Amino acid sequence: MNRTVNIISKNFKKYNPESIEEYLELGGFEALKKAIEMGPQEIISTLKTSGLKGRGGAAFSTGRKWEYSANVKGDKKFIICNADEGEPATFKDRYLLEYDPFKVIEGMIIAAYTTGSTDGYIYIREEYKYLHNKVRKAIELAEKHGFLGKNILGSGLNFNIKVVSGAGAYVCGESTALIESIEGKSGRPRLKLTRTSKQGLFGLPTLVNNVETLAAVPPILEMGVEEYIKYGTHTSKGTKLISLCGNVNKPGAYEVPFGITLREIIYDIGGGIKDGKQLKFLQLGGASGAIIPAKLIDIKYCYEDLEEHGASVGSGAILVADETNKVTHFLKSVQDFFIHESCGKCTPCREGNRQLTKIINRFVTGNASVEDLKTVEKFANVMKYASFCGLGQTAPTALLTAIKYFPVEFYQQIDRIRKTS
Amino acid sequence: MDKFKVDQELIAKIDRILESYDYDDNSVVNILLEIQSHIPENYIPEEVAKYVGIELGIPTSKVYDVITFFSAINDKPKGRHVVQLCKSSVCRLNKYQTIRDVLEEELKIKMGETTKDGQFTLRYSACFGACDISPAFRIDDKVYGNLTKGKIKEIINTYRGL
Ligand SMILES: Cc1cc2nc3c(=O)[nH]c(=O)nc-3n(C[C@H](O)[C@H](O)[C@H](O)COP(=O)(O)O)c2cc1C
Ligand code: SF4
Ligand code: FES
Repeated sequence: MNRTVNIISKNFKKYNPESIEEYLELGGFEALKKAIEMGPQEIISTLKTSGLKGRGGAAFSTGRKWEYSANVKGDKKFIICNADEGEPATFKDRYLLEYDPFKVIEGMIIAAYTTGSTDGYIYIREEYKYLHNKVRKAIELAEKHGFLGKNILGSGLNFNIKVVSGAGAYVCGESTALIESIEGKSGRPRLKLTRTSKQGLFGLPTLVNNVETLAAVPPILEMGVEEYIKYGTHTSKGTKLISLCGNVNKPGAYEVPFGITLREIIYDIGGGIKDGKQLKFLQLGGASGAIIPAKLIDIKYCYEDLEEHGASVGSGAILVADETNKVTHFLKSVQDFFIHESCGKCTPCREGNRQLTKIINRFVTGNASVEDLKTVEKFANVMKYASFCGLGQTAPTALLTAIKYFPVEFYQQIDRIRKTS
Repeated sequence: MDKFKVDQELIAKIDRILESYDYDDNSVVNILLEIQSHIPENYIPEEVAKYVGIELGIPTSKVYDVITFFSAINDKPKGRHVVQLCKSSVCRLNKYQTIRDVLEEELKIKMGETTKDGQFTLRYSACFGACDISPAFRIDDKVYGNLTKGKIKEIINTYRGL
């Protein structure tokens, strides 16, 4: 049995995203009307009950985040929809923008109404350029129908949305780097002395949310929170869009209830491993996520169970690797990514990635030393704890979990003991 | 460079782009991307960077800070069509090397090179979110994946005369 669900993904391929009429026929903007009836306080408490956590990776409570933003005073306040989606193996936000752009827009309007925001930005990565104008078109249609602009649905809310393009930098998915880049600077993360919700874009209050987080809000309000939390587990409520890919028969973005097992995801939904091969490992949450061995596929896909095994949901990426892949070779592709994407601002990440690359290359070619294994682990831990932003802090996750679960693969690539004086 | 000094047509296009952004220096990243898309060699020539800086009232060094930081903005000329092959994790598992070999054979250049006629540049890219159709490559803004050798050749051919 295939346990995919249709809450956030309900409208996928069900309507023409260039037609707002078709979206309305499917019940579009009903959640916004309901939101206006509920009022900001009730929306916030509903989101808290829903257990919705940020789907951009950091998994912070959306209800609390919105509450914090709502309490910040300001005549001009921003909402940024983070559609940078640069995490390798992640593409679910693309599905949302491509197949249900109005839902994302509706979620943003509800966020604006709740927090009293005036200006919205959708920051879409340059690599999704073919979607920029489609989303702009959807915004234009929403405006024509009075869902954007002045005094939206008589609620007194004035709110507009603009599309801004990224320019090919993974680090710009990090909220402060993203803000720097909207301000016309090179996107290096900022020192966060105050929260972005207080001082973000142009120094003004700014709420940053992932595409999926925003798109989850309309269905939660529409179906009612009680209905929504019937899905999922006690501590991981609701559903999640996953990006299933790699050596799997049916790659794609799917919506699953939290608590489904990894086995169900890979075999029932993904149709199993390509060419009848055996599963070897998974990488969860993208390049910055953990590597876990095949023997763990009966664990539940939810925040708490994954954490117990040193993994996390992250962006929702599930990368499947078959028996023919060497862990050390795979790590090299992860490392290539991070060395290219490190912004160079801080030493642990800039130099750490350089050193990890050198050592991993020795493991790939099979002339690593015993000391290399110790050193690489030490460097990885320094990066994890001392890097300035999430990029450097999570870059060594794959390596550290690989050493934990596949130590033998590293030993096999060691050809000597380097004598130290 | 000199040809840009005198290329009035390009200057007019740049002016229109700057105007559409209200000469807002905060929008410099998007302005540069848009200007680049109008330059056949897919880059921001020095004269253009200087011009944009002057028009937006920001130092050229700031324009270059942006150009060099973002990998989608180039400071050196590229081919008319930029072919980018993903070699991030998913495409590695799905053997991007097979696509690379076909592309190199078909274009008769190696990764990182530009064809003599200036028509194509071939280069690696980080994941561009097409992992569901991996191994994948991009030509300009269009994404291709799930391909056979024959189909890749066909696709390349459609760009030859453009
Ligand atoms: C290096 C780095 C890259 C990130 N990339 C993204 C991204 O592409 N999309 C995203 O929504 N969040 C990304 N994040 C997380 C954001 O900083 C931020 O937490 C998120 O957008 C908040 O939205 P949420 O609470 O709805 O998840 C990234 C974080 C880091 C450190
Ligand atoms: S951790 Fe890496 S990406 Fe983040 S600020 Fe430091 S160098 Fe830049
Ligand atoms: S890893 Fe190649 S497109 Fe995502």
